[in-house]
Amino acid sequence: MSALEHVRGLKLKFGRLDRAKEGIIEKLLFIAAISSILLVFFIIAFMLKESIPALALGWNFIFGMTWCPGHEQFGIFPIVVSTFVVGTGALAIAAAIGIPTAIFLAEFSPRWLRNIIKPCVEMLVGIPSIVLGFFGLMVLVPFIRDSLGGYGECILAGWIILAIMTLPHVISISEDSIRAVPEGYKEASLALGATQLQTIRRVLLPNARSGILASLILGMGNAIGETMAVLMVIGNPEIPWIPSSILEPVRVLTSTIVLEYSYMEWGSMHQHALFAIGVVLFVIVAIFNLVTTVAIKGRFGATAAIKGVIGGNR
Amino acid sequence: MKETVIKISLCMVALISVAVLFAVVGYIFLKGIQVISLDFLLKSPNYTALEKGGIFPHIIGSLCLLAVCLLFAVPLGIASGIYLAEYATENILTKSVRFFVECLAGIPSIVIGLFGLIFLVYYLGFGPCMLSGGLALGFMILPWTVRASEEALKAVPRSYREASLALGVSKWQTIRGVVLKSAYPGIITGILLGAGKAIGEAAVILLTIGGLVTYLPHSLLDDVGALPVYIYTILTVVPASRDVAESHAFGASLVLIMMFLMISVFALSLRNRYIKRMSGSRG
Repeated sequence: MSALEHVRGLKLKFGRLDRAKEGIIEKLLFIAAISSILLVFFIIAFMLKESIPALALGWNFIFGMTWCPGHEQFGIFPIVVSTFVVGTGALAIAAAIGIPTAIFLAEFSPRWLRNIIKPCVEMLVGIPSIVLGFFGLMVLVPFIRDSLGGYGECILAGWIILAIMTLPHVISISEDSIRAVPEGYKEASLALGATQLQTIRRVLLPNARSGILASLILGMGNAIGETMAVLMVIGNPEIPWIPSSILEPVRVLTSTIVLEYSYMEWGSMHQHALFAIGVVLFVIVAIFNLVTTVAIKGRFGATAAIKGVIGGNR
Repeated sequence: MKETVIKISLCMVALISVAVLFAVVGYIFLKGIQVISLDFLLKSPNYTALEKGGIFPHIIGSLCLLAVCLLFAVPLGIASGIYLAEYATENILTKSVRFFVECLAGIPSIVIGLFGLIFLVYYLGFGPCMLSGGLALGFMILPWTVRASEEALKAVPRSYREASLALGVSKWQTIRGVVLKSAYPGIITGILLGAGKAIGEAAVILLTIGGLVTYLPHSLLDDVGALPVYIYTILTVVPASRDVAESHAFGASLVLIMMFLMISVFALSLRNRYIKRMSGSRG
């Protein structure tokens, strides 16, 4: 065997080894990729398994009016209603501030101002929710108690704190969708003699509508799933009721879990009911997220959605 | 005239977010700085006489939890990202992987906490400890690491790969030597943003660790403290005078915000440099 053939043989051998190694690496990467799927299935399976006895109560669970674990009564309807009331109000405030901000950032803002506002908005998303809740408890709650009366810990406080938390998502996705409107539309409108404001109202906003809507739905999902911040400021009465004024304390789904998990008896109906609340929460938020994905994909394709979500950190 | 008025009012509204940020951070800073001292930072907590203790085990605990969380989520996330960006063809499987990553990102943190409680603490029998808390946090930020890696890898120009493959370098070597090397600032930025979220997260770890510790953890299965849980428990569970509890909560909040700010300023500066470099190489 000549030296040349020897080298060629070695090369072949290494080539085969390399190919085997490449194959193994690809398999390993594949396993990593499907681990997310497995994780989601595990979460769903375990949550369902723990909550089936409570979900089996059926309408009595979802539409039951009394939540009183001490007396074995597990109706979450007042809690669900409060959750939606708190979420919707927060979203309305976030929309009222967020959409004008997005318009300003996309259309009017000089570069230097945008470079100040944008990082601040991004920082806002990351203030730990427990810190924001504590801020609310120390500043907002006494303020509401002194100026509007009531306990102070109430729906209104929850609205404001949650609005601060959802604001960044609303701003960044709305801004992205306003910017995604083709430049030509705007130019055509301006060329026809429309003013900048008319162009925004008649051309940009209608075209960006689905993106803005999506940001609101996503914000709603976030608001409903938020735990610590809202927990600190809404009061959480022992026995929840359907609120009739925004100055009443309420309980939401997330706060109920945190307040009661520590003294639930393992294996009791109380435990199953708390996990069932988790499932209800999961389903509500999943529906909101699904609607968002569909709404954004319909208009801009997936990239805008992903960019918006990553830019806004969820 | 009308245009100017509207412009100015839009600008005012836009500045609300900035004002809120400064109000929250400024208030916590002013109140917290009065509490922070070396004793506060370096002493163990004393739950019967809160004012005599500090928060040292909780600072270390937060960092330990973050380390466990990143050790789980980063390798898994980068590997998934590589598979999605480099190997996978567009088929039902990759679509469902992406869909489930989105699902995971959308799960409320309290539900992840409940899952951690039932699966890690009870079913696997870890008990409330560093491993349970860290893994549960890892579940929460896994979607970030996957998305950040995939996006960063996809942003690497195709020609880099082609040049390397044309030189006879194998696919994996190309990914390791060329693609990952140009994508890593993007990946690290994404991971750091996730880490910033993880360090402030309370709902997940509240359910998966004990939290009321006075000592440092010695192993993965030891109970740990964490700053967010400390803030919550001293305000609700621990019997202490309201003033002391509040002042400690301000101090702990300030430390937590500082940790978060350090992580995210680092992440954002990395991202800006990265964007500059990418646009430079294109233009």
